[in-house]
Amino acid sequence: MDFEMVPLTHYLFLSATLFVIGVTGVLVKRNVIVVFMSIEIMLNAVNISLIAFDRYMNLHDGQIFSFMVMCVAAAEVSVGLAIIISLFRNKPTTNLDEFNIMKS
Amino acid sequence: MELLIFYPLAGLCVLFALGVVVNNSPINSAISLIGMMLGLAGIFVLLQAHFIAILQIIIYAGAIMVLFMFVIMLLNLKGKGEDEKWQSRDKNVLLNVLAGLLATGVLYKIIDIINAGDFNSPATPTETFGTVREVGTILFTEFVLPFEVASILLLVAMIGAVVLAKSKVD
Repeated sequence: MDFEMVPLTHYLFLSATLFVIGVTGVLVKRNVIVVFMSIEIMLNAVNISLIAFDRYMNLHDGQIFSFMVMCVAAAEVSVGLAIIISLFRNKPTTNLDEFNIMKS
Repeated sequence: MELLIFYPLAGLCVLFALGVVVNNSPINSAISLIGMMLGLAGIFVLLQAHFIAILQIIIYAGAIMVLFMFVIMLLNLKGKGEDEKWQSRDKNVLLNVLAGLLATGVLYKIIDIINAGDFNSPATPTETFGTVREVGTILFTEFVLPFEVASILLLVAMIGAVVLAKSKVD
């Protein structure tokens, strides 16, 4: 490698920015599916941190960990979307504020 | 040189991520999210994590986002043409601004913490760093138990999804 590498902090900045964008999405949006997508953004932001640290310490554990994060994300998405579908069947809306069936 | 590749990719990722939050229609959000995933795959390649980059494209952009699109289309069919259902009904602008300010404050603090940290110069990676062979070897020797647990997790998620989508919530 004869060219200059990106400093680790830049990757961490990117990761933090994406994570905060995801948090904002979860806080601000009222559509279930978009809130779900914001959670995906947060998971991805964490993956950047893991892999950046991995690269800069010359380990492989972070990559395995982000692999596991991807597994969990896939499982979460499949179950979550199934829940959204069955909720939609119960009440045809995707607005989070209208889902208060557990508050009796 | 690497910076020249990194900054456009990072900017693209942040823009697309903002697009997910800012867009009002979920289908546009989903397309933005796909763009973000592809940008992240580029960043992973830049970090020499080729295996994870490929997985990012196959699993996230390929499988998960297709599932998202599928559900959006499916629910839209049942929406009886009511476009208003898809609008984010955020009447309370003040709360949104407050949430944004809170998030910006948190970001500022995180950046402060990152700047305070003392990170050494990076280790030079070995020739095979991040290849499928290298990651796969570690995955199947050192981390074989978590790997199996992950497979059980996926099986349970699959069964759970089938059961949940089949039955009605009373």
